[in-house]
Amino acid sequence: MELLFIFQLLLYVFGGFLSLFVSAEKKNLNSWTHLVAALAAGCGLASSIMVLFRNAHLSFCFPSGITLFGPLELAMDPLSAFFVFVISFLSLAASIFAVGYSREYQEKKNVSLLGFLYHFFILSMVLVVTAKNIFYFLIFWELMSITSYFLVVYEHEKPAARKAGLIYFVMTHIGTAFITAAFILLYVHSGSFHFDSFGANASPLNFAWKNAIFLCALIGFGTKAGIIPLHIWLPEAHPQAPSHVSALMSGVMIKTAIYGLLRFLFNFLGTPFPWWGGLILVFAALSTILGVLYALMEHDLKRLLAFHSIENIGIILLGIGMAVFFNATNQPIFASFALIAALYHTMNHAAFKGLLFLGAGAVISKAHTGNMEELGGLIKKMPWTAVCFLIGAVAISALPPLNGFVSEWLTFVSLLMGFKNGSAGIRLLTPVLAALLGFASALVATCFVKVFGITFLGTARSEHARQSSEVDFSMKLGMGMLAACCIIFALSAPVITFLLGKVTQALFGSEALPLHFVRTTFLMDPAALSQLNPMWVFVVVAVTIVCVWADTGFVWQRKRSDRAELGLRF
Amino acid sequence: MNLILSIAQIVLVLILAPSVSWWIKKIKALSQNRIGPTILQVYADLGKLFQKGMVISDQASWIFRAMPYILFSSALMAASLVPLFFKSSLLGFSGDLILFVYFLALGRFFLTLAALDTGTTFGGMGSSREMALSSLAEPALLLSFFALAYRAGTLSIEGIVLHFSLEAPFPILFFTSMAFGSMLIVTFVESGRIPVDNPATHLELTMIHEAMILEYSGRCLALIEWAHQIKQFLFLSLLVNIFSPWGLADSTMGIHLLFSFLFFLSKIFGLAFVIGWVEIHTAKLRLFRVPDLLAIAFVFAVISLLGQLMIGR
Repeated sequence: MELLFIFQLLLYVFGGFLSLFVSAEKKNLNSWTHLVAALAAGCGLASSIMVLFRNAHLSFCFPSGITLFGPLELAMDPLSAFFVFVISFLSLAASIFAVGYSREYQEKKNVSLLGFLYHFFILSMVLVVTAKNIFYFLIFWELMSITSYFLVVYEHEKPAARKAGLIYFVMTHIGTAFITAAFILLYVHSGSFHFDSFGANASPLNFAWKNAIFLCALIGFGTKAGIIPLHIWLPEAHPQAPSHVSALMSGVMIKTAIYGLLRFLFNFLGTPFPWWGGLILVFAALSTILGVLYALMEHDLKRLLAFHSIENIGIILLGIGMAVFFNATNQPIFASFALIAALYHTMNHAAFKGLLFLGAGAVISKAHTGNMEELGGLIKKMPWTAVCFLIGAVAISALPPLNGFVSEWLTFVSLLMGFKNGSAGIRLLTPVLAALLGFASALVATCFVKVFGITFLGTARSEHARQSSEVDFSMKLGMGMLAACCIIFALSAPVITFLLGKVTQALFGSEALPLHFVRTTFLMDPAALSQLNPMWVFVVVAVTIVCVWADTGFVWQRKRSDRAELGLRF
Repeated sequence: MNLILSIAQIVLVLILAPSVSWWIKKIKALSQNRIGPTILQVYADLGKLFQKGMVISDQASWIFRAMPYILFSSALMAASLVPLFFKSSLLGFSGDLILFVYFLALGRFFLTLAALDTGTTFGGMGSSREMALSSLAEPALLLSFFALAYRAGTLSIEGIVLHFSLEAPFPILFFTSMAFGSMLIVTFVESGRIPVDNPATHLELTMIHEAMILEYSGRCLALIEWAHQIKQFLFLSLLVNIFSPWGLADSTMGIHLLFSFLFFLSKIFGLAFVIGWVEIHTAKLRLFRVPDLLAIAFVFAVISLLGQLMIGR
């Protein structure tokens, strides 16, 4: 397990330098170096799943030259393991996709550099979520920001990319400044750089310090996550990077900010104040609604998807806000459920947003434009891409039976658990927030009807779209894997909820058993409001569709020509 | 026995759904001094459509062909969550009212996609209108559901119906009636009835639902129409079962079932009469006024919730 983890890190380093040193003449060879990243991601996937299943705690220390800050310690507790898992499954698919996708850049750009940055970008994300020391956390955080900055300006001949890069660079460093401030305050209080020295192990923070640290962390990580007043870099930067990198930036890089926020809220700061939850909920609702409204006005595929990342971060924060609130009012089981909703959505968002970005990349690589107005009719030219994109669209619109619905259901229920608890203010606020979440997800469905309808259906609106063709195998495989994830994450909801229950149990103590949330194949909430059986629903949908299909076939068997019209062959 | 009854309820939805549409048509006809169609006419219409051949645009993709099935099965799935005259429904244990709302959203998602598929202007117009209105209708519906769930302490549709059937009518009357108003307005929108959409017209400037399915013919059209009638029926049965849940059978004794079945029929046709009455007495709203109507629905739901919070449970 430890070996797999170390091997993963070494593979990223190796892959990075390999792609840098594979000479520029052997361009075709170069894109294959992305498979090293895929292998590394596989190792990460295996080690993180092992940690999650075995309840193990993986940890090791490198002696460091800089004694002031203590040794470099990397560790995987359940929370870190969960984030390593999310990073790994998405980078596995994105790396496979990149084999085909980076060929597009061969003639024009330095592919060696792309591969190098790509490997180090993923490496830095894995290190961020496993570092156990303030100093190294900030180093890796900065490495992540720098590599992603260079990836954003990879197509630096475009003025838009340079401008986006600048905004990103400035904003991300403002965020880092606040994060650093939060950490320094913690350090001043506890006198140690090690993560374990905060929280329960330190003397309790006083009122003002606690609030100051919380606000610094919220602003700092909020900038990286793209919550709404701090989001301005996100819709500029994400679309400019190559699509498989956009998928990673949107799918997991902004989640590292969620990771940092969770560490602060549930590990470092001790018992939170209820108003923190309220503040997070307000920002979450703002991001959810405005994110999707901005997205509705967009006509550029990747920009539109970037705005949806803001919206989904809002949904994740709705869960986190409720978790903070319940934790503050000393209801660990409820808090645990709300956090499961947030983490589940984190994972699902990585799957479907990654899928959609890869799909957009596939479209752009063949039609050479991301402007929806110039596309159309692609379902006939790129049938596989269309099917994968449709699965992503259904998932992000939170429609059953796919994974988006499961995590949105969890978020709905954790909001509505506010009914039975808390002040009258929360009792009124939470159902209204839940209705706003319903509003947002209806708008998301509207938006993706638009995206899919205009891009893939109807007739082609430009010569480019007319001449596009299906992408090659590696790209199809990359998208197919994520599409499969969207289905598997829905089907295996009880298992996932159980594992996430373990993650939250590590944060909230032994009271919050995973058994409170899962009974056989049912998901249930601790307030006994409701229950859901995603597996059952999925099976029934499949059966019903087959029945209706077969029924119309049998009843009209005598009209063969009629069936031919439908395109049915049985 | 429970299983048989639950399945019987779904069959009942399939059979009864067209008759409610007939009943509304009949009321309208009678009000205009016409005799109107007999009840067999709606079934004959469906049967006729099922036997007709289809014309499918050569621009259409598989989405266009798959949509009627997805729409129909999503309506059926929603139907499996709603109790009609018996206390439990087929899949009521595996989902709740959020699932109900999202099954309908699934059908709508594909309905609007298919409208865009052939690339006609009507389809695009219809689907953008449908999505715009339904994104306003959905939060109103959810919030009125939540207001009821707050009182019942559960999100399951069966649970809510059960809770209200055990409660005395008067204490609940005032605030839940606000939620009733909200859901009634949403019913008009979702089933495409007159203040919002006119099911009897093909006038291009006003139509919503009809614009989306303009390209369909034959069997596919029959399925779409049927699914639409099922959806309307489900909304009506939710309204009657939540707001007048008395008389729901909780035993499997024959006489109980018979009584509750007849009682259910009278309730649902009574409510359908109200829908028809509204259709007779109002003109269709301008499209830009419909959001106002839905805002009223949302406000009703908020008042229902707020009232319960302030006055107590």
